[in-house]
Amino acid sequence: MLIKNGRVIDPANNIDDSLDILVEGAVIKKVARGIKSEDSKVIDAKGKIVAPGLIDIHTHLREPGFEYKETIKTGTMAAAAGGFTAICCMPNTNPINDNRAVTEFILSKSAKEGIVNVLPIGAITKGSQGKALAEISDMVNAGCVAISDDGKGVMDAEVMRRALEYTKAFDIPVIAHCEDANLSSGGVMNEGFASTTLGLRGIPMAAEEVMVVRDIALAELTGAKLHIAHVSSAGSVESIRTAKKRGVKVTCETCPHYFTLTEDAVIGYNTNAKVNPPLRTKEDVKAIKEGLKDGTIDIIASDHAPHAVHEKEIEFDYASFGMIGLETSLPLILRLVNEGVLSLNNAIAKATINPARLFKLKKGTLSEGADADITIIDTEKEWVVDVNNLKSKSKNTPFTGMKMKGRAVMTIVGGKVVYEISDGKRE
Amino acid sequence: MPLNKKDLLEIQELSSDDIKLIIDTADSFKEVTGRDIKKVPTLRGKTVVNLFYEPSTRTRTSFELAAKRLSADVINIAVSTSSVVKGETLLDTARNIEAMRSDIIVIRHSAAGAPYILAKGLKSSVINAGDGCHEHPTQALLDMFTIREKKGRIDGLTVAIVGDITHSRVARSNIHGLTKMGAKVRVIGPATLIPLEIERLGVQVYYNLDEGIKDADVIIMLRVQLERQGKTYFPDIREYSMQYCLTRERLKFAKEDAIVMHPGPVNWGVEISPELSEDKATVILEQVTNGVAVRMAVMYLLSGEKS
Repeated sequence: MLIKNGRVIDPANNIDDSLDILVEGAVIKKVARGIKSEDSKVIDAKGKIVAPGLIDIHTHLREPGFEYKETIKTGTMAAAAGGFTAICCMPNTNPINDNRAVTEFILSKSAKEGIVNVLPIGAITKGSQGKALAEISDMVNAGCVAISDDGKGVMDAEVMRRALEYTKAFDIPVIAHCEDANLSSGGVMNEGFASTTLGLRGIPMAAEEVMVVRDIALAELTGAKLHIAHVSSAGSVESIRTAKKRGVKVTCETCPHYFTLTEDAVIGYNTNAKVNPPLRTKEDVKAIKEGLKDGTIDIIASDHAPHAVHEKEIEFDYASFGMIGLETSLPLILRLVNEGVLSLNNAIAKATINPARLFKLKKGTLSEGADADITIIDTEKEWVVDVNNLKSKSKNTPFTGMKMKGRAVMTIVGGKVVYEISDGKRE
Repeated sequence: MPLNKKDLLEIQELSSDDIKLIIDTADSFKEVTGRDIKKVPTLRGKTVVNLFYEPSTRTRTSFELAAKRLSADVINIAVSTSSVVKGETLLDTARNIEAMRSDIIVIRHSAAGAPYILAKGLKSSVINAGDGCHEHPTQALLDMFTIREKKGRIDGLTVAIVGDITHSRVARSNIHGLTKMGAKVRVIGPATLIPLEIERLGVQVYYNLDEGIKDADVIIMLRVQLERQGKTYFPDIREYSMQYCLTRERLKFAKEDAIVMHPGPVNWGVEISPELSEDKATVILEQVTNGVAVRMAVMYLLSGEKS
C-alpha cells in the first residue's frame, strides 16, 4: 500500500510535510517524498492529513456482560469510523476485568471480531470494590496495559497507595477515577446554578478535586505513575499543573465533552448530557482549554460510554451516566485547532503519541518500522451528527444534530483498510 | 388574552401576564366554589387523570375537587416509585393512560423533570403537581393568589421564604413567580439548606430568621422534611426549631400586618409555634381553599377556554 500526496503529520518525529508512506504487510516501510512502487495499491491522500492512527485510552466496550449496549465488534467499528486504530477498554464489564480469564476473553474476542486494536485495562481492586488488590501482575502478563477502577474512585487511600506502589514493578500507569463518593453521593449533575434551578442534586467540583489532590500526594509518596482520567474542573487542572511543576509523575486526560459543553446542556433534563464527572461551567471549559494548550493535559480520550435507550429515555435521576464519543471525538478535537487552542500537530499528539508513550505502545507514530496504523483525515469535510448513521450500538450522544467539520475518511489498522468513507456513502 | 399553552410544567417559563391571567381567572372560580352548588359544566366530558408517584393527600384532593367542580371525570392513580423503576417506564405508563383518551394528566413525581417526559411524549395537557426538588407551579400560583387577595398586590412586597430551600419545589416556584410579579424575595435557612448560586435568581439570602423577616409583608414557612434528619444538614430538630421556628415573639420583627403561610402539612412547634395556629396572621387554611380555585383556573385555561 502506498499513500501518496498527503500532508503527513507525525508529532513524534516532528514531521509536518507533504510525503508518501509505503506500507508493507503490517508495518510502515518507508516515509519519503515521491516514493514509487509498481505493485502497491495506491491511495491518493491529496488535500488530506495523514496521521498516525488515533488511540483512545478510555473506552467502554461493554463486552462481556452488557452486549445490549455495545460489543467488541460494534465498539471497534465505531472506533474505526472515528479514526481510532487502537482503543483501551475499561474493566467495568460483567464480570469485571479483574483477572486473567476476562482479559484473555476480551483479547481473543477482539482478535476474532474486533477491527481495531483492543488493549484491555484491568481493575485495580477485585470486583472494583476498592478493598483488595486484583491480580495485577497476572493481568499485565495477559495483556493489560494499565489498571483502573474507572466508574468509581478508590475511596480507601491506603488501598490506592498500595496499588500505586505495587504497579511500580510493572511500570504501568494507575488510572484514577477521581471522585469522593461521599461528596458526590446521589448527585446527577454539576452542583451550581443549573442544578439549583433544575432542582437536581449536584455533584460539587470538590468531589473530583479532593481526590485529585489526594492521589497526587500518593503519587509523590510512592513515586509511581499516576494518570488522572476525565479531568473536568478548573481546580483539577490547576492541581495537576502545580504537581507537574514539582516533578510528580502525573499525567492526565480530558474528554471532548469537557471542552465543548457546559452544565447548561442538561437544561430541559437532557439525559444524554448526564455524565460522570458532570459537565461543568464556562470557566471550567476555559481552564480545560488552557490546560490542553500549556501541556498540563496530556491526552484527549473519549470516555465512550454506550447506554441503551431504556437507560436514557427515563427520569433524569434514574438515567445512566455517560455518552458515546468515539465517532465525535476527532471533529471536536479539530475544533480546538480551528479555535486556535491547539496546533494541528499538538492536537494529533494528544490522541496518538502521548497515549502511546504513557502505555509504552509501539504505536502513535509513523516511524519506519512502526505498526501500520494510519488515519487519513479530511479536516474540511462538513457533516451533521445523525445517530442513525453511527456505528455504535447505542445512540446516547448530546451532539445529535450538531454540525461538525472534519472527520476520518480512511482508517488503516496493521496495513489493512478497516474503514473508508466515500462521498456521502460508507463502506 | 389566552394562555396558549398545552402544559403547565413550571413557573419559570411563565410571564407575569400569564401569572396574572391565571390568578384573575381563579378569582372568578373562587366565586363559584363559594356558591351553594359549587359546580360548572366547563369540562364536561373531559377526563382528568391524577397520576401520583408520591404520596399526597392535600394536593391530590385539591386537583380532584377542582376537576369535579368543572364537571370533568377524574381518575386517581397512585403508583409506588419502586415498582416503576423495575418495570414499565413512566412514558409507557402515561401512554397507556392516554390510550384511554385522557385530556389532562396531573403528575406528581419524586424525580425532577419527570413531567417534561410526559409533556413531550403525550397529546394530553400535563400539569406538574410537584416534581422532585424542582417546581410545584400550582402551589406558587395559589400562594400568589392568596397574597394578592390579602395584600391587594404583589408588586413591591417583601416576601420571606424560610426553611429547607435546597429541597423545596415550593420555594423554587415561588421565587420565580414572586420575582416576576415584582416582589422582593428573601430566603432564610441554615447554609446547608440554601442551594449554590440561588442569589442569581434575584433573591437575598439570610441565615438568621429575625433579620430575614424584618419588615416582611409575607412569610412563607416551609415544611421540614423530618426524614432528612441524620443526613447532617442540621444537628437535630430541637436546634433547628430554636433557630427557625416562627413564634409570636419573632413575628414582631415582620410588618405589623404580615401574613404567615405554609404549603402544609405543618409540623407545629418545628416550623411554626402552635400559638400562631389560630392567629389572624396565619392564612394556611385560606391557601387550601384558594388552591381549588387556582387549579380550576389552570385546567380551564389549558383546555383552551372552550366553554
